[in-house]
Amino acid sequence: MKRVEVQKTYKLYIGGKFPRTESGRYYKLIDNNGEMVANMCLGSRKDVRNAVVASRKAFGSWSGKTAFNRAQILYRIAEMMEGRSEQFIEELVLQGFQKSRAREEVRESIERVVYYAGWCDKYIQVLGSVNPVSSSHFNFSVHEPMGVVGIVSSENSPLLGLVSLIMPAIAGGNTCVVLTSEKLPLSSITLAEVINSSDVPGGVVNIITGKKTETLPALSSHMDVNAISSSQLSTDQKTELEKNAVSNLKRTFFYADDWHASAAQGIYYIADLQEVKTTWHPIENIGGASSSY
Amino acid sequence: MFLFFIYSLYLTIHNYFMTVMGMLEKKLSELGGVPTVDKVGVEERVARFKSRSIKKESKMQGLKMALNMIDLTTLEGKDSPGKVRQMCYKAAHVHDQFPGLPTVAAVCVYPSMVHVAKKALKNTNVGIASVSTAFPSGQAPQDVKIRDTKFAVDEGATEIDMVISRGKFLQGEHNFVYDEIASIKEACGKARLKVILETGELSTLDNVRLASDIAILAGADFIKTSTGKIQPAATMQVTYTMLMAIKDYYDKTGIMIGMKPAGGISNSKLALHYLIMVKEVLGEEWLTNQWFRFGASSLANDLLMQILKTETGIYQSPDYFTID
Repeated sequence: MKRVEVQKTYKLYIGGKFPRTESGRYYKLIDNNGEMVANMCLGSRKDVRNAVVASRKAFGSWSGKTAFNRAQILYRIAEMMEGRSEQFIEELVLQGFQKSRAREEVRESIERVVYYAGWCDKYIQVLGSVNPVSSSHFNFSVHEPMGVVGIVSSENSPLLGLVSLIMPAIAGGNTCVVLTSEKLPLSSITLAEVINSSDVPGGVVNIITGKKTETLPALSSHMDVNAISSSQLSTDQKTELEKNAVSNLKRTFFYADDWHASAAQGIYYIADLQEVKTTWHPIENIGGASSSY
Repeated sequence: MFLFFIYSLYLTIHNYFMTVMGMLEKKLSELGGVPTVDKVGVEERVARFKSRSIKKESKMQGLKMALNMIDLTTLEGKDSPGKVRQMCYKAAHVHDQFPGLPTVAAVCVYPSMVHVAKKALKNTNVGIASVSTAFPSGQAPQDVKIRDTKFAVDEGATEIDMVISRGKFLQGEHNFVYDEIASIKEACGKARLKVILETGELSTLDNVRLASDIAILAGADFIKTSTGKIQPAATMQVTYTMLMAIKDYYDKTGIMIGMKPAGGISNSKLALHYLIMVKEVLGEEWLTNQWFRFGASSLANDLLMQILKTETGIYQSPDYFTID
């Protein structure tokens, strides 16, 4: 007897849970041969709202974790991805990738996670500074996470593009709400499962599938989102995003979409999503010397 | 002679029973006794209130109504005059950036803070409620409780939130509870009396119903679920049971009693569900802050955020609202 395959239901990832969209809507995902792959959740404004609430709730404890602990957790994501690499490759192939390209995409994605895991407990030293000032103050600047970051991921690079935007955000202590690729969404939900089993607290990463035309305005106008990082948006989308971002002065970032390039990873992807806090600490003026430590 | 003896014996026995029976039993039996509560029925009815959908104009009206029904509350050991003044300012100026909003109904503070609130709320129509009777435990001698109440009223409280003696109630000393409420009602003078049942400590809905009836019969103007210090605080099930007690009393006597759920109602959606419940159980007359209140502190900001969301279409952030 032929075995009936168990089809996987791809759902959203909000607050460490996998709910269906509150709107109850879905869209059909068709592969290159015109065959149906899966029913995907067609996320709504309210899903975005719920994700932002979950994200805000998770921010306090995630940003409060020690940098070293965050590094361990990110490295754990890479370990889990390694174990699931065949599944990632299969899904990419299902969505039209050549096998060799798919293998490359997964390999690079895992390496990128490891790359940012390494930065977790180092970027503050590299980016921070002790500043010379002309008064009796010890003056230093440290980087602090912005808060809730909206991430609009690449349409064409469904795993590497996604990982390249999520990892620098959470490595720096932010939490995020991700609007994923509409055409190629499978990898994002499998990544959510990986994240969910990698000691990442619920709410740190939230993933919404569906039409960006519906969800992006809700995210970009949301007063409780502090920054948006994105790639591969059209000029119109960028303009609308910037307009909406004005309401609470969100930081907005538009990155080039070539995630294989050597410039596609770096400490400045972390730095973009940090605010700089400068502290003036009064000190005694010792032996006529100025405060330049 | 013999007949007289029989008659006097009858009187003695009658008086004896009347004394033992007490005022409370008499009044309860006049009401037709205390009905038992069908817990499963309550759950089902409450679930239906939660399935109503309120949108657009009616939602806006409901949100503003809920805002106008709040007793903005601070009841902490660390309360200071500064904190109370700050809260009073918020009570009268809920969110000045958005004109046309109502004020909250009242502030609710400890007796020692009433004079601060009174000064801060001069020339506004925000009421001043004070908890009394050794809130939240109620574990104090009766004369202390009466003094506590009189002090709050003399300081300028327009409403008194008392707690019942839950220990005595659970021991079965219902007459004690009844007499105590009646004596506090007397001490209140013109101030309206809200009686806190602390339903989280009463364990069953039947107890909640009995306590509600006792409070109403002893002269409560309002019955209130909780102090906010015990979990669970207000739930829709408990509130529904209390609303039914109010309804039955109103049907028998034509006298309206107010209701105040307190504690645990922190989001707008839930507040709207409560309003639906009040409307459907008691009717529209109860939908004013004269007869219905929310005891809450964080609810106000959530209502504001929802009102602004409904008005502007943009989801709001707590960062842009006052911390209270």
